[in-house]
Amino acid sequence: MSEKVLMKGNEAIAEAAITAGCRHYFGYPITPQTEIAAYMAKRMPKIGGTFLQAESEIAAINMVYGAASAGKRVMTSSSSPGISLKSEGISYLAGSDLPAVIVNAQRGGPGLGGIQPSQSDYFQATRGGGHGDYHILVLAPASVQEMAALTVKAFDLADKWRMPAMILADGTIGQVMEPVTFDFDIAPAPEKPWATTGTELRRPHNIVNSLCLQPEELERQNFARFDRYAQVEKEEPLCEEYLTEDADVVVAAFGIAARVSKNAVDEARRQGIKAGLIRPITLWPFPKANFAKLVGKTKAIITVELSMGQMVEDVLLATKCRIPVEKCNRAGGMIPSSERVLREIVEASQGGEIPW
Amino acid sequence: MVVFERPHALLDVPLHYCPGCTHGIVHRLVAECLDELEIEGKTIGIAPVGCSVMAYDYFGCDVIEAAHGRAPAVATGVKRADPSKIVFTYQGDGDLASIGTAETVHAATRNENITVIFINNAIYGMTGGQMAPTSLVGQVTQTSPYGRDPKLCGYPVKICEMLSQLEGPEYLARVTVNNVARVREAKKAIKKAFQNQIDGKGFSLVEVLSACPTNWGKTPKDALKWIDDAMIPYYPLGVYKDRSADQENR
Ligand SMILES: Cc1ncc(C[n+]2csc(CCOP(=O)(O)OP(=O)(O)O)c2C)c(N)n1
Ligand code: SF4
Repeated sequence: MSEKVLMKGNEAIAEAAITAGCRHYFGYPITPQTEIAAYMAKRMPKIGGTFLQAESEIAAINMVYGAASAGKRVMTSSSSPGISLKSEGISYLAGSDLPAVIVNAQRGGPGLGGIQPSQSDYFQATRGGGHGDYHILVLAPASVQEMAALTVKAFDLADKWRMPAMILADGTIGQVMEPVTFDFDIAPAPEKPWATTGTELRRPHNIVNSLCLQPEELERQNFARFDRYAQVEKEEPLCEEYLTEDADVVVAAFGIAARVSKNAVDEARRQGIKAGLIRPITLWPFPKANFAKLVGKTKAIITVELSMGQMVEDVLLATKCRIPVEKCNRAGGMIPSSERVLREIVEASQGGEIPW
Repeated sequence: MVVFERPHALLDVPLHYCPGCTHGIVHRLVAECLDELEIEGKTIGIAPVGCSVMAYDYFGCDVIEAAHGRAPAVATGVKRADPSKIVFTYQGDGDLASIGTAETVHAATRNENITVIFINNAIYGMTGGQMAPTSLVGQVTQTSPYGRDPKLCGYPVKICEMLSQLEGPEYLARVTVNNVARVREAKKAIKKAFQNQIDGKGFSLVEVLSACPTNWGKTPKDALKWIDDAMIPYYPLGVYKDRSADQENR
């Protein structure tokens, strides 16, 4: 599909996964991501792929684990409560160095919460979510086109680094319809000599495993994995900067919050305020260098999030608390208006009280 | 004279199982079946969390270690990824009949074309002898020190009987390995469970009543006897479902 088509964000994820060579999808229904499953249910049987509605998110992620062990490009999708259930499986994927793609169309929490859009799983995604020392790649799309592009990228990065990758989306971008093309350069998936595909009695057996009872060895594995993570942090951060060069006030936001914020930044500029936007596209690895560059230039940062404030902690760390940070957040499925963000920008530009 | 050689599908490493544990016998039976059916090279085993967690070091085929209870879901993923492969799970009773009940029931009801070897030893072996879903009424364990009381924790789960109520599964059999004749019967059932998969017939589960002398606090000999005296009366041996045979007989 190289021509532009009008699609929902969730459908764009599904089609992009297929474009990237994913032929195996396992999921369990939950709002607001069900379009992904519905799309896969329609498409997969027609292209010789697998769509399977699992008995639970726990089962779905373990089916992903199986298909990933077999060396296939595989995906699952869910929304916040379902991702909590998948967390055990994600930890096992990470511990067994398996590539896989997981979509989280976040909704408001905690608990059963609501079904309106949210970004309150930022900690869960960027800190690992499950037990143990590990990271996953976390990509945060802000448009339908990016839903598609980052899904393709997620498969590439997952294979490249042998890590699970998560598309951390939200209900809004999942539901909104925008034009999108699927004109991607698809690199073939790398060889996977470690995959459990049967020995054919020609090689020693392959084992996919995260058990290791010798502490010295388990420590060594953890250090080796973190050496790899350090490389990821060096090579893979992605960030959009918009008018930050001369900005006195920089808004930091990702996903849907960044779209609202961009409008506010444009309006602030029209009013003569030097405002800019910094939008992390990879949440892990967090684009620390882009934030560090603001130190000494920017007078204030406003973090806009659909949560009680989670990314803000990474902003403070990346700037070593050297720039005052103001939170502008809504929770529970509410979205901050661009007027509200604009008010915060105006206040910050006048050197208003920063409560940090 | 018959010389018993190690099956090719069983690697030449010492097993870590306790003396008198029947895990080793069942490993051997599985390996013999992989040899005789000439499927080792295209087989992927799924090891559980439990005493057989390290089965990946013992079987010569490719092996995936699954999270506790999730082996049937992992097997589903592998089988769907490449239906030409042979996929089996090897699970204990805590794994299969407690934490993984949902995965077991749903793989069965989907008639997932996999083979499940279910070791029912009525105890949690690896964690040191706690009550299992299959522990017998009155059975003393670390977490049922006064004996399993059905008023407090219900009755032991009969997996073969339960699954036989489902439309889905192809083959369900309960065997044991506490004497030579029964070991032969067990092997037949296990081989059939693999043959069914080769023939595309679907979900085949063999429940093996097994001994855990260590956590039963019995000698290996008494443990084998306890299978006769206590387990078989509650868990009768036999074939609980054999769809293809049933259809032929109709
Ligand atoms: C999620 C999770 N819960 C609990 C455990 C601890 N655990 C390890 S083995 C086991 C019981 C295994 O018993 P069973 O399945 O009967 O196998 P056996 O050891 O008797 O062969 C438990 C509870 C774990 N590893 N993971
Ligand atoms: S604890 Fe029981 S099940 Fe585990 S190896 Fe020992 S005898 Fe076998």
